[in-house]
Amino acid sequence: MSGVYVVLEAREGRTGRTSWEAVAAGQRLGAQINEPVTAIVMGAATEGLAAEAAGKGLGKVVRLEHPLLAQYTADGFIVALQQLFEKESPAAVVFPHTYQVRDYAPALAARMGQVLISDVVAIGDGPTFTRQLMQGRLTGSYRQSGGTCFVSVQAGAFRAESGAAGNAEVTTFSPTIEEAQIRTRPDAPFRGSAQTVDLGSAQLIVSVGRGIKDADNLPLVQELATALGAELAASRPICDNGWLPMERQVGSSGQTVAPKLYLAVGISGAIQHLVGMKGSQCIVAINKDPEAPIFEVADYGIAGDLFEVVPALTEAIKAAGQ
Amino acid sequence: MGRPTVLVWEEWSIEICGIPGLKNETWGTQLFAERCRMKIIVAIKQVPERDAQVRVDAAGKWIDESGLQWALNESDAYALEEALQLKEKNGGEVVVVSAGPERVGTTIREALAKGADRAIHIDCDDLGSRDALGVARLLAAAVKPENADLVLTGLQSEDLGLGQTGVIVAELLGLPHSTLILQVEKTETGLKVKRELEEGWFQTIELPTPAALTIQSGGNKLRYATLMGIKKARTKEVRRVTAAELGVDGAPVVVLERIALPQKQKTTQMLPGNAKEAAAALVEKLKFEARVL
Repeated sequence: MSGVYVVLEAREGRTGRTSWEAVAAGQRLGAQINEPVTAIVMGAATEGLAAEAAGKGLGKVVRLEHPLLAQYTADGFIVALQQLFEKESPAAVVFPHTYQVRDYAPALAARMGQVLISDVVAIGDGPTFTRQLMQGRLTGSYRQSGGTCFVSVQAGAFRAESGAAGNAEVTTFSPTIEEAQIRTRPDAPFRGSAQTVDLGSAQLIVSVGRGIKDADNLPLVQELATALGAELAASRPICDNGWLPMERQVGSSGQTVAPKLYLAVGISGAIQHLVGMKGSQCIVAINKDPEAPIFEVADYGIAGDLFEVVPALTEAIKAAGQ
Repeated sequence: MGRPTVLVWEEWSIEICGIPGLKNETWGTQLFAERCRMKIIVAIKQVPERDAQVRVDAAGKWIDESGLQWALNESDAYALEEALQLKEKNGGEVVVVSAGPERVGTTIREALAKGADRAIHIDCDDLGSRDALGVARLLAAAVKPENADLVLTGLQSEDLGLGQTGVIVAELLGLPHSTLILQVEKTETGLKVKRELEEGWFQTIELPTPAALTIQSGGNKLRYATLMGIKKARTKEVRRVTAAELGVDGAPVVVLERIALPQKQKTTQMLPGNAKEAAAALVEKLKFEARVL
């Protein structure tokens, strides 16, 4: 058992930010257990990905390459990674906690008799791994009891090193994959409806969650947004219910925003929402539950009934504008 | 099988298969419908109600469950809805499976009241000390003899949020799988599903049956149990089985050692007073302190 392996994820031929964050987590873990860190790039043609990774202060880069890895499938990725890990028997494997990783990493770990510790936000001595429970209301620390330790890390939880230098050794591993082993046939990804709202460039956002209770109550927050000159956004359940269009959704399955002001109304602050807005310059939360996780990331909070606070705030903003 | 179900099959075969003339040839329709019938398993979890005030228990290992209200995990409710709609289109059977102590029975009855045909209750008190693989082993062992065409679960639970159970169950049963699914359509050879990717992207995936899918919320509109459904649910079969009977031990690979309140990432200024006072104070702060207005 040796080495920490970080599985990088490529999209449109480039390695994404969350993968570099996973590298940072891998380096933290590597420093703790005194093991070198290797990055794995996967695909049908990985030369460019490997060259980029080689300059990130890593010990080694492995190109896991096969024509059948051109497009992601759980079956293909599991077979390929299992072969590499059986050869290398890593001490730990770190993934970014992306939708793709969620699709295959639990099965990969299970096939190797292990359990993925998913969506980790911190790595402590031991090592222990911290992850959120109860929609962010509590945290749990986990320990792995032996064998290769599989971990996926939450987006934004570890800071990706910028401009790290280095010239890592690059090797290639060619797994044996039979076409018949790949049971799913994915089409090319496509965009949902044409995006007409660009929340990403909005300076002020008023965002509404479950606390609004009913579609009929939405004008209340719309009036607040209008008074502020802000865009209206929502957490997932509001869009799931069809109360606002999907394109107004902020969070891991919607848009990522970082406005000057993000005013969260009746949003409890589940992690899927927080990852989409926690980079905002100033966050305000209005929620009846003073223990709601949204207050963990808020700069200003009002613990109160939104049906009283929001109209009062709309009035106060109108008054201040005059 | 009663007459109304046959009518549903006919509608389905016209709509999906688009084979002209089949409408009036009842034997052909039935033959096709017979092939389309699906046995669907839905693994559901009972979780603390969303707004419940959760507290750490005395040992610091789990939450204090006394006085908690419980509910059906939300994405599992969407998985159940998908299963019920597939059954209505194609005919077949929906079987729910859930692991947990006695109290899980109320959530199982809720699923039966919404239209599931029968249920398997895996009776165990040690769910909290099992890891994702341990729980998936229980579910897989209970589900395997059913030889279902499709196994559905929600994409993740609201309490632990591991998001792994469905994927590991697929692995243990040797089934192809896909995750974060919003739509499921039966085809001649298997399934065509719509998978959610990040940031507003989607993907269509075809896979053979039997298969396992984890369902994302929002793909369908959830139904409520009708009074008739609630009444019928009382007489539906709930088979109870223990972990020991399933031959699954609970030794975990990964251990949850301690739970705690999260550390604050920021210092939050809470604004006191009634609604009007708090609102006025907030506007002051936003203008002159944060300078974002």
